[in-house]
Amino acid sequence: MLRAAALAASGLGPRLGRRLLSAASTQAVPAPNPQPEVFYNKLSWKLIRVCLAGAAAKRRDSGYPTTTSGPLVARCIRSVFIITHTDLGSPWRRMDASDRGQLLNRLADLIERDRTYLAALETLDNGKPYVISYLVDLNMVIKCLRYHAGWADKYHGKTIPIDGDFFSYTRHEPVGVCGQIIPWNFPLLMQAWKLGPALATGNVVVMKVAEQTPLTALYVANLIKEAGFPPGVVNIVPGFGPTAGAAIASHMDVDKVAFTGSTEVGHLIQVAAGSSNLKRVTLELGGKSPNIIMSDADMDWAVEQAHFALFFNQGQCCCAGSRVFVQEDVYSEFLERSVARAKSRVVGNPFDSQTEQGPQVDEAQFKKILGYIQSGKQEGAKLLCGGGAAADRGYFIQPTVFGDVQDGMTIAKEEIFGPVMQVLKFKTIEEVVGRANNSKYGLAAAVFTKDLDKANYLSQVLQAGTVWINCYDVFGAQSPFGGYKMSGNGRELGEYGLQAYTEVKTVTIKVPQKNS
Amino acid sequence: MATTNGAVENGQPDRKPSALPRPIRNLEVKFNKIFINNEWHESKSGKKFATYNPSTVEKICEVEEGDKPDVDKAVEAAQAAFQRGSPWRRMDALSRGRLLHQLADLVERDRTILATLETMDTGKPFLHAFFIDLEGCIKTLRYFAGWADKIQGRTIPTDDNVVCFTRHEPIGVCGAITPWNFPLLMLVWKLAPALCCGNTVVVKPAEQTPLTALYLGSLIKEVGFPPGVVNIVTGFGPTVGAAISSHPQIDKIAFTGSTEVGKLVKEAASRSNLKRVTLELGGKNPCIVCADADLDLAVECAHQGVFFNQGQCCTAASRVFVEEQIYAEFVRRSVEYTKKRPVGDPFDAKTEQGPQIDQKQFDKILDLIESGKKEGAKLECGGSAMEDRGLFIKPTVFSEVTDNMRIAKEEIFGPVQPILKFKNIEEVIKRANSTEYGLTAAVFTKNLDKALKLASALESGTVWINCYNAIYAQAPFGGFKMSGNGRELGEYALSEYTEVKTITIKLDDKNH
Repeated sequence: MLRAAALAASGLGPRLGRRLLSAASTQAVPAPNPQPEVFYNKLSWKLIRVCLAGAAAKRRDSGYPTTTSGPLVARCIRSVFIITHTDLGSPWRRMDASDRGQLLNRLADLIERDRTYLAALETLDNGKPYVISYLVDLNMVIKCLRYHAGWADKYHGKTIPIDGDFFSYTRHEPVGVCGQIIPWNFPLLMQAWKLGPALATGNVVVMKVAEQTPLTALYVANLIKEAGFPPGVVNIVPGFGPTAGAAIASHMDVDKVAFTGSTEVGHLIQVAAGSSNLKRVTLELGGKSPNIIMSDADMDWAVEQAHFALFFNQGQCCCAGSRVFVQEDVYSEFLERSVARAKSRVVGNPFDSQTEQGPQVDEAQFKKILGYIQSGKQEGAKLLCGGGAAADRGYFIQPTVFGDVQDGMTIAKEEIFGPVMQVLKFKTIEEVVGRANNSKYGLAAAVFTKDLDKANYLSQVLQAGTVWINCYDVFGAQSPFGGYKMSGNGRELGEYGLQAYTEVKTVTIKVPQKNS
Repeated sequence: MATTNGAVENGQPDRKPSALPRPIRNLEVKFNKIFINNEWHESKSGKKFATYNPSTVEKICEVEEGDKPDVDKAVEAAQAAFQRGSPWRRMDALSRGRLLHQLADLVERDRTILATLETMDTGKPFLHAFFIDLEGCIKTLRYFAGWADKIQGRTIPTDDNVVCFTRHEPIGVCGAITPWNFPLLMLVWKLAPALCCGNTVVVKPAEQTPLTALYLGSLIKEVGFPPGVVNIVTGFGPTVGAAISSHPQIDKIAFTGSTEVGKLVKEAASRSNLKRVTLELGGKNPCIVCADADLDLAVECAHQGVFFNQGQCCTAASRVFVEEQIYAEFVRRSVEYTKKRPVGDPFDAKTEQGPQIDQKQFDKILDLIESGKKEGAKLECGGSAMEDRGLFIKPTVFSEVTDNMRIAKEEIFGPVQPILKFKNIEEVIKRANSTEYGLTAAVFTKNLDKALKLASALESGTVWINCYNAIYAQAPFGGFKMSGNGRELGEYALSEYTEVKTITIKLDDKNH
C-alpha cells in the first residue's frame, strides 16, 4: 500500500527507492511526537447522546480492558436504527448527495490537517514505522475518502426499456444500518475503506474497531463530528470480537455487516448473519497469495518487490506474497539475493526514520508466528536467515526466509501474518498454475515476467481477486479489492465497492402508451 | 476531556443564516489581458476593445483584442501542455480532480468579487449572480472534480483468444466559445469536464463579458494548473471565434450561443480538420400548463421561466401553452405577477430584472414586441423600453398569441412572455414539437399519465415536470434538433471530452 504510494509521496522513482526508508525518502515527513497524547478513548455514542462510559484497551501499556459488552452495543444499535428507519425525513436522509460528498471531502481535509498526529498515534498503537504510517496509511486514507466523496452524486440508477406499456427505473438506495468490523493491521485505512462507500451512498454506520488498535479510529470519530456529519450517522464502538463484534453480526436491526479479518472469524460472521436477520455480508479475509517469478523477469525488481510483498507491515497483510514460486533456472540466484535483502532489513524502534520493520502487534501474534517458524524447521524447510525473536523485549521478530519449501508444509498452506518468507521452486507454467491455485484462499497473486503472453495467460488463470503483474501491493481507491474462494465475499473500493452498500429498487409505472 | 480542534459541541457546524452578501463597490478590474501559459499577454496586433456596464452604458475598461495570431500562440501552449510526458499528461487522475476541487475553493473564496464583476459586465442582479451563477460554478467544479478518477474504460468479452479493453483518453486541445448570458457558468460547464478528462483548453469568452473569465484565469494559475492547460483569448467572433473553429490543431470545439453562429462553427470545424463539435444553441421552449395543474406554481414557474436573467436564457419559457379552461385565469395572474416585477439597478437587493446586455439585443427585442402588436397578439402589459433609462425593457406579456406569429416562432431573448391557448393533449404535443428547436420543455399537471406521456412525446433534450430551470451538475443538458449537438453536464458530458481507444491483444494459443 503501498510502495507505489510511498514512493510517489516521497518523490522518488521506483528504481531509486530500493530502500524505502532511506534518509532521502523521509525528508518530506514531519518529525513525529513519539508519545502522542490520547484524547479519545471512549465510545463515540456520545454523538447520539447515549453517553456510556468505556475505555480503550491500550496495547503494550498493560492498560485497562475495555468494558464494552454485547448488551450495550445492542442499545447503541437500537438507537441508530431508530434514527435511520423511523425518521425518513432526517437531515441525513434529506441531504443532497453532493453535500454528503462535501462532508466526506471535509473529513479528508481534517485528517490531512491532523496527519502528523494521526500517523504518530497509529504507530504508537500498532507498531508500524511512523514513516509508513505517514506516507502510506495516511496518504491512502485521505485519497480513499476523497475518491468516495466524488461518488456520492454519481452512483446512477438506470431507466430500463422494459416490455409492454410500462416505464421502469431503478433507484440506488442506502441499505440502512451498516455494521463494520475492522482489523488492527491498517486501522485507519481499513476504517476509511469502510466509511467511504457506506457514507457516500447514504448509510449509517456502527463500527467496531480492533481491540488492539482503537485509538486512531476514535480520534477520527471526533473529526467526523467536527466535519459536521449529523449525530448518529457514524458510531464507533471499541471492544472485543466475542462481545461487540458478535452483537453487531447477530443484531436484528443491522442491515449489513462488513468484516475484515481472519477467515476463521469470517465464518462466524456469516453464520451469525444467516441465523439472525439474513443481513447482507461482505468479507475481506485471509490469503496465502502466490507470487510467481518467471525466469525472464527483471531480477533486481522481482527480488525487491517479493521482499516488499512479504515483509511490508511486519508481514501483517492479508495479501502478503507468502508463497514465492520461483522458476528453477533462477531459483538459486533469487534465493541468495532475497536472503541478502532480508538480512539487511532494519528492525527496530518504529519512530526511528531508518526503521523498516517494527514489532508484531501483540503477544498472541508473536507466539503464533514463532510457532510457524518452528513448524517450518521441523517439516524440513531450509532456514536461510532469521528464525527467532529480534530483541529481548517487545514483539520483534527477525526477518526470516525459508528455502526448499514444499506445498504440503504448514508454512506453505497457512497464513502466517508475520515476517516469514516461503520460497518454492517450479519448472513449468502449467505446473505453477496448478500449485498456485491449490489453496482455499484466493485474495491476490503476482507475476513477474517480461513476456506479454505469459502475463496475459497467468492473469486469466490465477484464481485471485487481484493479480499484480511486475508489481505488488499496488492499491488505488479506484480499483476493487477482494477475494475469490475463502478469502472473502464481495469487493471493496472502486465503483464495485458501492454495490455492497446499496439496495436496488425497481420502480415500474403503467403508462398509457409506450414509445421508444 | 481536551478537544484539540474546537468542534462545536452538538456536532453541527454553525448554520445561522448570514446577512445577504453585498457587492464590492468600485471594484477595480485587475485582469484584462490575454491569458496564455499562465501568463498575461498583450494582443499581437496591439489592439484593445472596451467592455461596458449595461446598466449605465459606461465603459468599464479596455481589454486586449486577440486575433488569429493570438489564438495560434494559445494553441501552441495548449499543445505543449498536452505533450506525452508533460506534467499534465503524467498527473494522476485523482490529482486532476484535486486541482478542480481547489479551484472551486478559490472561486468560493472570491465569490463576492466574481459576482460583482459578473453584474458589472452583464447587468444581471447581483444576488442572482451570487446565488445562482456562482453557486452553479462551484457545484459544477466540485462535481467534475469527483469524476476525474472515475472515467472508466471497459474490458470486453470479444470473440477469439484475445484480450480486449478500452481506454478513455482525453481528446487533446479543446476550443471553448462561451456566451454573455451566463459568462462564468457557461465557461465552467466547458472547463470542468474538459479538465477532468485531462484535456487542455483554449477559451474565447464573449466580447460583451470577458472579465470573469479572465479573473478565473488568475485563479487557475494560483491553484497550480500547469502552464498551457487553460488559455483564454479575448476578442470577437469573426476573428478569435473563427480562428478557433477552423484551427487545424484544435481537436474539439464546444460552443454555446445562437443557432446561427452554431452553424458557422460546425461548418468551420468540418472544413478544417473535422474537429469534434458540441453545440448548445437556441430554443423556443414550450411550457405546457394543463387544466389540472397547481395554478399558483405554474404561474410562478412560467413567469420565472421566461423573465429570469432578463429573458436572456436559451431555456426561456417563450411559448406558454395553457389549456383553455384555465387560460383567462392564467393570463390574469401572470400579468399581475409581471406588473410587480422590480426592474432597476442590478446592485439593488430588491431588483429582479436589470438591463439587456447591449443595444443590439435591446433593439431586436423591441422589434419583436412591435411585431407582436402588429400581428394581432394582445399586449397585456409592458411592451416598450423603460422611459428614463438606457437598456431596460418593461416586462411584457402577450396573450392570444398564435403559432404563426414571429413572437411564437423566433427566439426573443428578452423579457417577453407569449401565452398561447390549447384544447387537448395531442394538439399541444404537435404544436409544441412543431419547431426547429428542441432544447427544453416543461409540463404542469398533477396527472401521472399526462406527465409521463408528455415527458416521452416532447422533442426536447430536457423535460421539466412541475418545475422550471431545474438544472444540476449531475444531470445532462443539451438540445434535440437545431438546439444543439451533444450534451453538457452529468456523466454524459464526459463522452464529449474523451476519445475511446480499443486495445486488442492476441494471446498465444499454445497456452490453451
